[in-house]
Amino acid sequence: MSYKPMVSRILIHVFLISGACTMILPFVWMVLTSFKTVAESTSMNPFVWLPSEWKWEHYINVWRQNNFLILYVNTFAMMAIRVILGVLFSAMAAYAFARLRFPGRSFFFGLVLFQMMVPTQIFIIPQYLMVDALNMRNTIFALVFPGLVSAFGTFLLRQFFLVLPKELEEAAKLDGCNIGQTFLLVMLPLTRSGLVALGIFTALFAFKELMWPLIVNTSADAATLSSALAKIQSAYSVHYPELMTAAVLAIWPMMLVYFLFQRQFIEGISTSGGKL
Amino acid sequence: MAKLSNKVSKNTWNEWIWAWFLIAPTTIGLIVLNIIPIFQTAYLSFFKSGDFGRNHIFVGLDNYARMFQDPQVWQAVVNTLVYTLLVVPVSIAFAMLIAVLLNRPIRGRSLYRTIYFIPMIAAPAAVTMVWRWLYNSNYGLINYLLSLLGIPPVNWTTDPKIAIVSIAIIGIWSFVGYNMVLLLAGLQEIPRDFYEASEIDGAGKVKQFFTVTLPLVTPTLFFVMVTTIIQSMQVFDVIYMMIDITNPAYEKTVSLVYLFYNNSFKYSDKGYGSAIVMLLLAIIMIITVIQIKVQKKWVNYS
Repeated sequence: MSYKPMVSRILIHVFLISGACTMILPFVWMVLTSFKTVAESTSMNPFVWLPSEWKWEHYINVWRQNNFLILYVNTFAMMAIRVILGVLFSAMAAYAFARLRFPGRSFFFGLVLFQMMVPTQIFIIPQYLMVDALNMRNTIFALVFPGLVSAFGTFLLRQFFLVLPKELEEAAKLDGCNIGQTFLLVMLPLTRSGLVALGIFTALFAFKELMWPLIVNTSADAATLSSALAKIQSAYSVHYPELMTAAVLAIWPMMLVYFLFQRQFIEGISTSGGKL
Repeated sequence: MAKLSNKVSKNTWNEWIWAWFLIAPTTIGLIVLNIIPIFQTAYLSFFKSGDFGRNHIFVGLDNYARMFQDPQVWQAVVNTLVYTLLVVPVSIAFAMLIAVLLNRPIRGRSLYRTIYFIPMIAAPAAVTMVWRWLYNSNYGLINYLLSLLGIPPVNWTTDPKIAIVSIAIIGIWSFVGYNMVLLLAGLQEIPRDFYEASEIDGAGKVKQFFTVTLPLVTPTLFFVMVTTIIQSMQVFDVIYMMIDITNPAYEKTVSLVYLFYNNSFKYSDKGYGSAIVMLLLAIIMIITVIQIKVQKKWVNYS
């Protein structure tokens, strides 16, 4: 007959709920502001919590004025290509490093490890100069360029390949598979959770990236959602509702994907953290 | 099949060809995109402007001499370290607390985990826009709430003494969820037996945390620490979006990477920018080496 467990349970939930509210408050506020008028957003006496009218005009205006369609296309193209190529090339290399013996294996894997230990800003200037020399600035190719291969992805998937039983390759060989077929048809499907995790990581980090698109795609119709926001911010200056509208337009796609695939996101992060 | 000569057997040769083919895209990519650029950046740091254009002049160690005497560079180092020292312990402490609370049988664990992770999903550029709005001195929600408590408005983003803390708060807010998910995964790998044994010994929940949980979660904790430190040392997005050069708080918040960006791409002095990023590399390498050495003392790999 003790109240202590009950009280402590309630306190714990109160604490957790306050934390959860802190996490989402900025987003809620972002959305609410995007529907207000400028006057409502800057009114202090009285302070306006909910808009009196839900002004959808901001969304239409901001979308049109900043050509959000192009921004979506650029951003998603960059994400999709990086995910497909990054996961494919990483899986291929990871399989070789994990399951095959060949001269140079340690050396080349050493390169992979080395790249992971270095801050990415070291690569940026030369990468920029390369894209510039190829005359490919302000293209989707430019956006994708640094993400074509992934040392992290190779390292991560190698962990997944390492734990598969040796018998699989022997069985595949008996069935007449060459190494390529063994990789593609037998081993790869067994690392599905790793592939999903890497795909999610790659997509998420591509989506959030700011500096690279900012410097390499400077023209407005080659920009990504993140890099366009900087210009939008100065363009709208104190038009807070429009600013918030732009922010919402920039993040809702990833939020939607996250809510649809929460389990995969969380599992992907947890398992890759564990594997590393 | 026995090798009858010194030549490589057909099977082995076959394996080698396949292997080289499979690692080719990634290896070529790494060399072209990463390995060679590291040397190029180092090389560029010895030039003025360094864009292989008209102003590309060899200046030897001048950039480094200038950098070591540049107060803005040292301030940027301080700013970056202050930011890191604020974000890392605080975000990890909160993350650990929440992970421990969620590690027990509790209702809504998945929901909490999903919600705490949301800040990680949003692009920092957009996140900074809304925080800038929240921090607004005249109309922002935070100052409004403070005014309800009778506290005068704070200049969150323009006061040089406070701005770095405002930025750090955003960093902590972003990382708590991510670190918590990782720590929770680490906690869930600790076998129940350890807890049961310690309960039999009469240990209360708090004591259990220090004697069972903490020692056994150290590998995950180490990983979380290293990744958060490295990410924090590279902070750019939030500061770039929040504080521009004309802001009075710029000096005391500009991070090393932001300084690198300004010099390389705004002022087109890529030589100097390269020197700055080499400094960042050196600092991060030193920190990483220290962490790896210290790891042996406190991380328990069973």
